[in-house]
Amino acid sequence: MNGFANPVVMTSIPETDKPAGIDPRPATAEPKVTVGHLNFYYGARQVLDDISLTVAENKITALIGPSGCGKSTFLRTLNRMYETVRHARVEGQVLLDREDVLSMDVSALRRRVGMVFQKSNPFPKTIFENVAYGLRVNGRGRGADLAELVEASLRRAALWDEVKDQLHKSAYALSGGQQQRLCIARALAVEPEVLLLDEPCSALDPIATAKIEELLFGLRQSCTIVIVTHNMQQAARVADDTGFFLLGRLIEFDETKLIFKKPAKKETEDYITGRFG
Amino acid sequence: MSYRRVWRKCVNGLMLGLTGLCALVTVSVLFFILGYLVWHGGRALDWDFITRLPKPVGESGGGMANAIVGSAKLLLLAALVGLPAGFMGGLYLAEFGGRTFPFLVRYTADLLNGVPSIVMGIFAYTVVVLPMHHFSALAGGLALGVMLIPIVLRSTEDFLRAVPGSLREGALALGANKWRAIATVVVPAAVRGIATGMLLGLARVAGEAAPLVFTSFSNRFWGSGFNAPTASLPVMIYTYALSPYDDWHRQAWAAGLVLLALVLVANVGARLILARKQSPARG
Repeated sequence: MNGFANPVVMTSIPETDKPAGIDPRPATAEPKVTVGHLNFYYGARQVLDDISLTVAENKITALIGPSGCGKSTFLRTLNRMYETVRHARVEGQVLLDREDVLSMDVSALRRRVGMVFQKSNPFPKTIFENVAYGLRVNGRGRGADLAELVEASLRRAALWDEVKDQLHKSAYALSGGQQQRLCIARALAVEPEVLLLDEPCSALDPIATAKIEELLFGLRQSCTIVIVTHNMQQAARVADDTGFFLLGRLIEFDETKLIFKKPAKKETEDYITGRFG
Repeated sequence: MSYRRVWRKCVNGLMLGLTGLCALVTVSVLFFILGYLVWHGGRALDWDFITRLPKPVGESGGGMANAIVGSAKLLLLAALVGLPAGFMGGLYLAEFGGRTFPFLVRYTADLLNGVPSIVMGIFAYTVVVLPMHHFSALAGGLALGVMLIPIVLRSTEDFLRAVPGSLREGALALGANKWRAIATVVVPAAVRGIATGMLLGLARVAGEAAPLVFTSFSNRFWGSGFNAPTASLPVMIYTYALSPYDDWHRQAWAAGLVLLALVLVANVGARLILARKQSPARG
């Protein structure tokens, strides 16, 4: 772990300063998540190699790259979901605002950093209970405002109109795209500051995908979004900033339009133009 | 038609016939047993049989009310011992633990499952009957409960493992801790299978006579409480079937019928209740 992993030290650093040695390329807005010199290992195998980047607040950051390049693993370090895997080990620094993610209480962290998975995973409960789950877990499951919070979350996920008459039916009765939006609503219910999406559209048809992309645009005002995708068009459409991963390294990270129009590195250009990957 | 095609068609027909025949054999064995029980036991089965105590030898009539209640008492004790232990153990194996210890537990459970039921009886005899100096429902319940543990443990583990990992991740990602995720998402997702496993386990031990012969023993009267020798249907069947009296033989058949019916009703009823509570599967 690096010297600046101590949150007590971090609070004393002035707002404008960035931690030394980290390349904060897209500095167009306040940094929400700052990652410095991150190495990740599964046992002896190194999966991520010295990753540094800054996720800007209220922006959409896309991570692209071929399968197995470590982009999903990287995403899972931001809410420490990697901890469910045995022998996973992290070195380096991850900051949420100015707090150390790696030493934070993990439940508190995951309330602030929500996640939507590649395959929609609604619980075998009713639609209402799926959305209310996070609220219940966080001790907000009682009280008259529960129904309001559930409705607000479903509205934010652009699902309310489709499900308002069947809130107490099983979530499994919904279509694939609706299930994924339900998972987004479920994540939004706890009002996360950051929303991580791990290839959220890979199992969906173009229409369902378009709905989710539209939804992400709207969400940007209230939360910071990091999306992993292997669909380059999707990154180009939705993201403000884009990072390109290859073999566990962050090759290039910049504003999306620069990445797609004038990539600085040859690997990025090769990947974007479809020469490999 | 070429020779090869004719040959393939023949093999296909033969195999189809064989598998169908085997399926038929499986089903018909059950119906044969059921029919035989109804044929022989149905005649001795009347209201007296399920409400009266056994009559003294030589007097005809009477029933096995005490054995029906006794079996229920034994099953209750077995459930108190076997269900929590098996469920918690299965939960541990599926959700916690490293590599060596769970392997050991699983292997031990499989061995325990293979231990002849009469050995379970000897075990309960040694740890309960000998120190207490008398037979009791407690001893019989313990023997059945210990038999129940590995059955429930393994089925609970299997059904919990069948819950997709993505559900666990979904709960954890919302800030739930591990226990909360297991209690509110994983176990509810598997509850139907777990409960079915428990019922099948109970149904299996309900028919055991060997572990009861020298633990709960038998009783021709209402045994009071759980600390007295207690009659049970399987032991009554055993005793009556070996007796030289025709009347007792008929009652043994009737007892078999009652035992089978109780197991069947419990099983089907519980499944129906669970099916109603459960949401429809992913379509």
